Amino acid sequence: MKTPRFLLPAATAGVLALTLTACGGGGGGTTGGGSDAEANLEGRGPITYVQGKDNSNVVRPLLDKWNAAHPDEQVTFKEQTDQADQQHDDLVQNFQAKNENYDVVSVDVVWTAEFAARGWLQPLEGNMAIETDGMLEPTIEAGSYQDKLYTAPVSSDGGILYYRKDLVPEAPKTWDEMMGMCSIAKENNIGCYAGQFKQYEGLTVNASEAINSAGGSVLGEDGKPNLTTPEAEEGLNNLVDAFKNGNIPAEAITYQEEESRRAFQEGKLLFLRNWPYVYNLATTEGSSQVKDVLGMAALPGKDGPGASSLGGHNAAISVYSKNKATALDFVKFLIEEEQQKFFATQGSLAPVLGDLYEDQELVAKLPYLPVLKTSIENAVPRPVSPFYPAVTQAIQENSYAALKGEKSAEQALADMQKSIESAGAGS
Amino acid sequence: MATELGPTPVKGPASGGTPVHHGPKGVGEDNKILSQGKWATWLLAPTVIALGIVIVYPIISAIVMSFQKDAGLDPATGLFTAGGPAGIQNYVNWLGQQCAAPGGGTVACPPGTLGGQFWSATGTTFLFTVITVTFETILGFWMAMIMARTFKGRGLVRAAVLVPWAIPTAVTAQLWLFIFAFEGIANKLFNASILWTGSEWPAKWAVIIADTWKTTPFMALLILAGLQMIPADVYEAAKVDGATAWQRFRLITLPLVKPALMVAILFRTLDALRMFDLPYILTGGANNTTTLSILVINQIRQGFNSAAALSTITFIIIFLVAFIFVRFLGANVVEQSGATGKGKK
Repeated sequence: MKTPRFLLPAATAGVLALTLTACGGGGGGTTGGGSDAEANLEGRGPITYVQGKDNSNVVRPLLDKWNAAHPDEQVTFKEQTDQADQQHDDLVQNFQAKNENYDVVSVDVVWTAEFAARGWLQPLEGNMAIETDGMLEPTIEAGSYQDKLYTAPVSSDGGILYYRKDLVPEAPKTWDEMMGMCSIAKENNIGCYAGQFKQYEGLTVNASEAINSAGGSVLGEDGKPNLTTPEAEEGLNNLVDAFKNGNIPAEAITYQEEESRRAFQEGKLLFLRNWPYVYNLATTEGSSQVKDVLGMAALPGKDGPGASSLGGHNAAISVYSKNKATALDFVKFLIEEEQQKFFATQGSLAPVLGDLYEDQELVAKLPYLPVLKTSIENAVPRPVSPFYPAVTQAIQENSYAALKGEKSAEQALADMQKSIESAGAGS
Repeated sequence: MATELGPTPVKGPASGGTPVHHGPKGVGEDNKILSQGKWATWLLAPTVIALGIVIVYPIISAIVMSFQKDAGLDPATGLFTAGGPAGIQNYVNWLGQQCAAPGGGTVACPPGTLGGQFWSATGTTFLFTVITVTFETILGFWMAMIMARTFKGRGLVRAAVLVPWAIPTAVTAQLWLFIFAFEGIANKLFNASILWTGSEWPAKWAVIIADTWKTTPFMALLILAGLQMIPADVYEAAKVDGATAWQRFRLITLPLVKPALMVAILFRTLDALRMFDLPYILTGGANNTTTLSILVINQIRQGFNSAAALSTITFIIIFLVAFIFVRFLGANVVEQSGATGKGKK
């Protein structure tokens, strides 16, 4: 019976080793990239466009259009999964491997700073500059790192306040006004307000909105955390108090986008903070109780529209691309008005060009556009930091504890501050 | 409590796994064995090389990485620069829950950093492991006893029991997320309004229940295999001697199924120690349900080298557990076979 005794540890070691190998992927964090950013600026030829799963089939028709016009500079589509985390990790791996076949990549706005600081993205300046006139200001801000534009805004996104027109005659403009209307919710025996408060990226969005809307900010001008301010405390306390007094129902602590949408659609909420995608579902789904009474407004702030967190995707050119001239042309093509319109009509993606929000044809199709424009114009990008994963972790964990009443807002903000400072102190 | 015996003929434990025939052997046969050995070397070589590439190299690479500092930001350019050698600092940071301090040096990790979660994650991982493996063993044993009996529709029951095991874990987690939603079935069924994924112990129980549901069939299957190795005549003899059902279970079933049972427990323990998808999807690691694997994955996004150190620590922890188990289990296997072997001879 020697064999099993000998084999078992060996076998277990093997199994365990597999766990470990899963983490062996990363190389060192070497960067530089100065020379890479200078190279191949004139290169023309076939390129690849990398993006997450094309659920509403907008990319392929656009590529067909481009390819028909540019037979010598064909663009191939590399489709990633539909999970943001996986898309991020896939990009990281390919940039580390200096993969020259990832010419143009679609990046979530919150990855911009990290990728730029790694030296993976071609700065869009000088000969590589793009036209940014007419774009909504916050989208440019979100595409920039240290005042340099690295990614071209392609689609944007902002939060919208959905409300019940039948119960509230006019949408609240400020947070206090909204809380004042919560008595209406009580009379009707429904919850008053909800957003997304589960501990995940959505909580970062909601907590940042609360802080920014009250006049605070997560990071200061210098990129250092700036959370121990009375404004930030007031903002976070708005949420904490609403949880305490029941204006936000207790179960909202488990809500992601979908849970909160369902609760609203079932008529259990007076106000809901969510993304534009809710409009379509809430007005067309058979089970929706709010079909005919759906109101939309900008998020409420301190004394005017609140500061939404900005979502959306930008296009960036890899410094390792061999055909940067073609890549640049393709990026310019993506942000042309015609393509922007197609994104909006076919994929319900919010355009980055301000004029399109007044386009009659588009507004007829997507009635939330005027509201969304206000939202995006007042939006604040989520903290632009190369340490974004650590920043969002710090915000999520501490604001979650505050919302559950495990620590005061003041303490939570102090802890956030320290965590973010520590993340940036690694050098 | 009659345990059904499959069509397997009764075997002595010695006929386990040695196909070498001992007989009068001549010189020719010796040569044959020698050339067979050579052949074996050649045939094994590709496997060994493949294992070297996919296992040994990444492990060594991960360990080398774990002694490097993570890339830091150059304040002048705003770009990342390679961190350089770190010695054992990454390990010290994890074990001591130390994080980089703004002015240089380290401080105790503030809440909201991954570094501050190492010991709580270790505790959570072991808590999940102990509770789920205990539940799964008891339930799995019970299921195996049922499946081992002959009755009408046994095939159906066996298939039904296996269903949870056949569903991918990520899908299972998503299903349980719906069940444990505030408006979900779990609350509706018991007319309760528990925030399953929103507070500490309910969240932990949610993970434990889902994991038990999912992996008990695996336990049952391994134990069933053990049960079917027990010859029926042993039970018959015991019955003739007037042993009660409980005595037969305690004195025959348990000792004879023990080797298979221990292997099953070992496998499940190792599996549970690297639990990831269930809590990751159910709670996202909130409410103290972050396991070591979740911590590793989160850390990868914040710095590879530190993540490599953490996965090496995880590796060592799991390896130690496995080692203790195998020592303990191995001793038992030897004792067991020795005793029965003597009995047979």
